[in-house]
Amino acid sequence: MFIGKVVGSVVSTVKDEKVASLRFQVVQELDEHGKPRNKYVVAVDTVGAGQDDLVLYASGSSARQTTLTDGRPIDAAIMAVIDSWDVNGTLVYAKEDLDTVGWTVGEP
Amino acid sequence: MHLGKVIGRVVATRRSAGLDEVRLLIVQPLDEQRAIAGDTLVACDAVQAGLGDLVHVCDGREATLALPVPFVPVDATIVGHVEQFAHDGPGPQIGAGDEP
Repeated sequence: MFIGKVVGSVVSTVKDEKVASLRFQVVQELDEHGKPRNKYVVAVDTVGAGQDDLVLYASGSSARQTTLTDGRPIDAAIMAVIDSWDVNGTLVYAKEDLDTVGWTVGEP
Repeated sequence: MHLGKVIGRVVATRRSAGLDEVRLLIVQPLDEQRAIAGDTLVACDAVQAGLGDLVHVCDGREATLALPVPFVPVDATIVGHVEQFAHDGPGPQIGAGDEP
């Protein structure tokens, strides 16, 4: 999976009926330091990710492995909303409403 | 599958069904010289890998077959620790206990 940021959503009225009921978000891929990579995907949101949320998305046929996207022409799915992540023991990102005061980088 | 080093961890309480208790680790892909080979990615952990471990990662839908619930949207899973790694190219072989 890749880390990404929800930067927008896609609305299309004329589309294949197999994807009619799905919500599409535009996700910009980020590196492990939270810096944007030059890569965007349109991913189906399966966990209720909102604008500006940092998420994980899966690509390829793995994206069809949810009840929402099973058997549909989908190759990217947001499968988690990130609370925090650390690299080499250093906290890189924590969602602002997460009480990070005194939160030590321990076993998640 | 490809070689990688575990460099970080992701915490995500809101996640797809079937992924509870599955740890999410940040992996830096490496080549046979243990040089950086590609962008970091996030993989599920099936072998209790820890920070700094040299591992190999299975990509694509097959990655879900190493997880407790296989019907999950996962495209990368750590499926093994690497203790030894021999290759016929130049450069050091990786032996047990080497600093990956």
